[in-house]
Amino acid sequence: MSGPRRVAVLKGGRSMEREVSLRSGANVEAALRRLGHEVIPVDADPSLVRTLRAERPDVVFVAMHGKGGEDGTVQELLEILDIPYTGSGVQACARAMDKVMAKAVFANAGIATPPAFAFGESAFRELGAADALMEIETRLGLPLVVKPAKQGSALGITVAREPNDVPRALMTALSFDDHVLLERFVRGREIAVTVLGTDDPEALPAVEAVLSGDFYDFEARYTPGMTELVAPADLRPELADEVAQTALACYAALGCRGFGRVDMIVDADEQVWVLEINPIPGMTDTSLLPKAATAAGLSFDEVIERVLADASLGG
Amino acid sequence: MYRVRFGDGYGAAMNDTKGASTADRTVPRDPSRFEDRFAARATGIKSSAMRDLMSLSERPEIISLAGGFPDTESFPAEVYEEVWRAVASDHRASSLQYGPTEGLVELREAICRLMAEDGMIAQPDGVLVTAGGQQAIALAIRTFIDPGDIVIAEGPTYPGAVPTLTTYQARVIHIPIDSHGMSIDLLEEQLDLLAAQGQKPKLIYTIPNFHNPGGVTMARHRRERLVALAADRDVLLVEDNPYGPVRYEGESLPSLWELDGGAGGVIYLSTFSKILAPGMRIGWVAAPAPILRKMNLGKQAIDLCSSTMSQRFILEYLRRIDWREHVGRLNAIYRSRRDAMLAALDQHFPGEATWTRPEGGLFVWATLPEYIDTGELLARAIERHQVAFVPGEAAFLDGQGRNSMRLNFSGAREDVIAEGVARIGAAIEAMIDLQRALGGGR
Repeated sequence: MSGPRRVAVLKGGRSMEREVSLRSGANVEAALRRLGHEVIPVDADPSLVRTLRAERPDVVFVAMHGKGGEDGTVQELLEILDIPYTGSGVQACARAMDKVMAKAVFANAGIATPPAFAFGESAFRELGAADALMEIETRLGLPLVVKPAKQGSALGITVAREPNDVPRALMTALSFDDHVLLERFVRGREIAVTVLGTDDPEALPAVEAVLSGDFYDFEARYTPGMTELVAPADLRPELADEVAQTALACYAALGCRGFGRVDMIVDADEQVWVLEINPIPGMTDTSLLPKAATAAGLSFDEVIERVLADASLGG
Repeated sequence: MYRVRFGDGYGAAMNDTKGASTADRTVPRDPSRFEDRFAARATGIKSSAMRDLMSLSERPEIISLAGGFPDTESFPAEVYEEVWRAVASDHRASSLQYGPTEGLVELREAICRLMAEDGMIAQPDGVLVTAGGQQAIALAIRTFIDPGDIVIAEGPTYPGAVPTLTTYQARVIHIPIDSHGMSIDLLEEQLDLLAAQGQKPKLIYTIPNFHNPGGVTMARHRRERLVALAADRDVLLVEDNPYGPVRYEGESLPSLWELDGGAGGVIYLSTFSKILAPGMRIGWVAAPAPILRKMNLGKQAIDLCSSTMSQRFILEYLRRIDWREHVGRLNAIYRSRRDAMLAALDQHFPGEATWTRPEGGLFVWATLPEYIDTGELLARAIERHQVAFVPGEAAFLDGQGRNSMRLNFSGAREDVIAEGVARIGAAIEAMIDLQRALGGGR
């Protein structure tokens, strides 16, 4: 590994996950300091480019979530500024953040993902897409998961159990993004696999989120004690292997780098369904990444050091 | 090919020998380390998407009608200087020293004079100086509420009291308000219902003047009924009156404290935040002696005493300046801003919406068609219209208020208020359009 470096930690920004990102960023900064690096905390605001030019970091650790930070925008800026950065490149971020695009990539790679339809708000307001809801419900079946196409932390996601719930769920999802996804609801265990590395990525042990409600929503994610996280998840060895290989396949299909987290459902028949991939997984106190690291026998600091070591440009 | 790693824990033991070079002691090595140790009190306050969203309202390009900030720009600079100079020259040592838990006696005397001007009789010994009105609320609740105890509050209630009630694990029952304040009929019904189950609330928490967030003022006959009813049922009233003097039209009404006439049925809370400035962090409680003793002990355990510097500042301020003149100046500003907001609401909010017309205070409470969730509206408003407000849900403990919102008019200029309301109106319009489009599908 290289020696101490001058690391700018990018956090905050203006996405709806700003607060989550500030919490991730604080943990990353602490780890980097313990590792002996020089840390420059940077809250991403309109003076970002000027700040980075003035501070001249060796490398940027991107600890942002959601729009702006996880969708390729900040990555593009760092390409222009020619500063190596952690995590996935512009293209991989853009594809991963857009659940519609990510699903298409997965499907092409032969990875199972629940069937879905996607619409923009204008389709409803201008083209009467609501008249097609009946067909969608028939094709996908109920319940349906309705989610914003580009939003993290389960913001704006609801489960519509009956036809009457669907318009309400669409209103919710469209509050968070112009595009929404209507996806078949797959009942099963919520499994997340953190992937680490670039040329030779490895899957950390799966973490299972055991919850009382139907899905892992924002409050469950960020309130200590609301969800039980089991790491490693209690899976048969063959299933654990399949889940890991699936995560690696997703990671490769999107061309991710450094780290990432793949969220999936394992149904009653042990079929593995991929829901999404997060190019910058949460690193808060209640996030899954620290759990997965511990289960792998890695400290949080080691994970951060490895992600930092993989920082680069391009892709 | 890809390697897959499964945990065996042995790596962790190896890592421990590594040690941190420059230890950062504020953030633990294992971020989830404290997760399962927090007290029930602390975990009761949930992380919420809404709270996170609200933090975005501080972005510079966003017009925020979400705050509750009194105007401090209009505080005269020369007065500010003069008062501090007096504190520095006449009270240097004592303003740097601890003070009595109950507050400086001169300040408690001054508070009694303030209350007397509004028809309230209180003795300095019956007053406890607190760190703002917020501490007064917290002390009242912690003095009476064990987990599961019942508190009656208006619905909506003060959003700042919500986390306090949650922390002390109160069971809160909301009583709806209308343009004359809390419905005493519904309160009576609720008390009957509880009595039939052998239950009784510990406290009735109410904001009779210029309700935050409701924007309404409790009518005189309701005040009289409330005091009589509470006495009859032997339930303590907590009267929160931060905005009393912030009235710009209509006649001031007797407080519950006054109507109670010293019968010991009311705990009265107020603050200097609105009549002077919130940065002072000085409020007070007037209550019957046995209650005040308990609250005093509670305050001792929390912070020993309120800032003596602030207490001295207030005393010197009151000695030099006619505070009513300052409040009169503020009221003229607020009145004009309120008028700007009401005019903008008329112009930009849909016909199905309703809102309150406050005679004082800082807030308007607006209610939208039932199908509009104001939490969702806020997400849309911040992202696509660059405007923020407080969603109604923040003023309830039971998930009500989802189609309402609180709008603040004290903290922004008239033109900014007009633009902010117009932007919210546009976001509402978009949701109404969408609802129409989605409703058409069936």
